[in-house]
Amino acid sequence: MNKIITFTVNGKKRELNVDVRSSLLDVLREIVGMTGAKEGCGVGECGACSVLVDDLLVDSCIYMAVWADGKSIRTVEGECRDGKLSSVQKSYVEKGAVQCGFCTPGFVMASTAFKERFKDKTFTRDDIRREHAGNICRCTGYESIIEAVEQSMEED
Amino acid sequence: MFPLKSYEKAESVDHAIQLLQDNPEARPIAGGTDVLIRLRDGKTGYDHLVDIHQLEALRQIKTDEDGTLVIGSGVTFSMAMESELIREIIPILSTASETVGGPQVRNVATIGGNICNGVTSADSASPLMALNTVLQLEGPRGTRLVPIAEFYLGPGKVDIGQQEILVSFRIGEKDYKGYYGHYHKYAMRNAMDIATIGCAALCKIEANQLTDLRLAYGVAAPVPIRCTNTEQAVIGKPVNRDLIREIESLVEKDVNPRTSWRASKEFRLQIISELSNRVVTQVIEKAGGRIE
Repeated sequence: MNKIITFTVNGKKRELNVDVRSSLLDVLREIVGMTGAKEGCGVGECGACSVLVDDLLVDSCIYMAVWADGKSIRTVEGECRDGKLSSVQKSYVEKGAVQCGFCTPGFVMASTAFKERFKDKTFTRDDIRREHAGNICRCTGYESIIEAVEQSMEED
Repeated sequence: MFPLKSYEKAESVDHAIQLLQDNPEARPIAGGTDVLIRLRDGKTGYDHLVDIHQLEALRQIKTDEDGTLVIGSGVTFSMAMESELIREIIPILSTASETVGGPQVRNVATIGGNICNGVTSADSASPLMALNTVLQLEGPRGTRLVPIAEFYLGPGKVDIGQQEILVSFRIGEKDYKGYYGHYHKYAMRNAMDIATIGCAALCKIEANQLTDLRLAYGVAAPVPIRCTNTEQAVIGKPVNRDLIREIESLVEKDVNPRTSWRASKEFRLQIISELSNRVVTQVIEKAGGRIE
C-alpha cells in the first residue's frame, strides 16, 4: 500500500513513495533521514515529534505521512540557516534551556510557532506556557525554556 | 507503522460515502488524534480507513440565510478558537475549544471527531448540547438531521451508520440569539488532560428573571447530558441567591457520575454541584442579571 507524495521539507522539494501506513515521523526519520524530531510517547502527549506543517504545529507521530502531500514541512534541521542558529535556537543555548536534549527539537518548533504567531502581539508568560503545553521536558523544569522564548521574542 | 489493512482517500463527502459502502469494515478518519492512537494500541475496528482529513467541504464556518450557524465537522479546535463568527455568536464553543488537549492536538483534532467518538468527556459536547445543536449526517439514503441529545446512544456509541458521514453542526438562531454562555472544565491539569467534570450553561435574562436556562455536563453520566429537570424547575424564576442554591441542590438528581481512577462518584457529585453554582452565576452575570 504505497502512495507517491510531493512535499517540501525545510524548503527542499521531495517526491517520495511512502507506505500509507507510515506516520510523518516515520518518513522524516527513516526516509528523509532527518532525525531531529523524536518519538517520545508515540501518542501525541509529549511533543518530542513536533514539526510545522504549513506553519502549524503538529505531533508528527500521530499525523499520517500521506497528509503531508502538497504541504510544506519544517523541522529543527531547517531552522539553522547558513550555519547560523535561529533566534529561538540561539536563545535556548544562551539560557541553558537544553539538558538531555531529547525534547529540544520539538520544543524549538513549538517556540518557533509561538514566535511567529505572537511576533507583533502582546503576550504574557501564561501565553508562552499555554502554547508549550503539548511539550514535555523532564530535565529543565521549564523555567529556562520560558526565559529562552522570552529572549527570542526580543530578537529578529 | 500503523497496522492498517486498507486506506482510501475521499475526494468529497459523496466519495467518502461511496468508499464506506464499498468496504463494510471501513471507518472514517479525520484529525486522527483518536483513531491513530487506537490503531497503534492494536484496538480492533480501525484497520480499514476512509480518509476525510482536511476535506474542504467539512471545514466551513458560516451562517445560513435563516441565521443558522453551520460548523463543518472537520473544523479543528484551533479553527473554532480563531473563528470570528464563533467568537461572536457562540463564544462558549471557543472557550471549550481552548481547554482541549494542547496546541498540537487542537491544530488537527476536529469537533466532528470529538462528538463521533461518543465519549462523555468531550469538551465540545456539553456546549453543543446546551446550544440544542442539530447534527447533519449524509449517507446513501440522503440527509438525516439528528438533535445532539438523541445522537448519544451509550458510552462510545452514537447514532451514525457505518456508511454515514457527519457533515456539520447546525445551531439555529433561536438557540443562540440573546443567550449568554460559559463552559468550565474541571481537570487535574490546566492542559493535556481529560475533564473530571465539564459544565456548560447558557441563559437568557429579562427583567432579572431567568427566562431560559440550559445546563449540560460532561462526565456526569455515561454520555454528555442536559439537566432538564433542573432547567424546568427554575425557568421563569427571579434571579437571586435562592435560585442558585436551588439549582445547586437540584442538579444531583439529573446526573449519574461514576467512580473511575480519575475521581470518585462522591467527588464528582461535589464538583457537579459546585460548578452549577459557579457557571450559572457567571452566565447570569454575563447576561446582566443581578444576584441579590
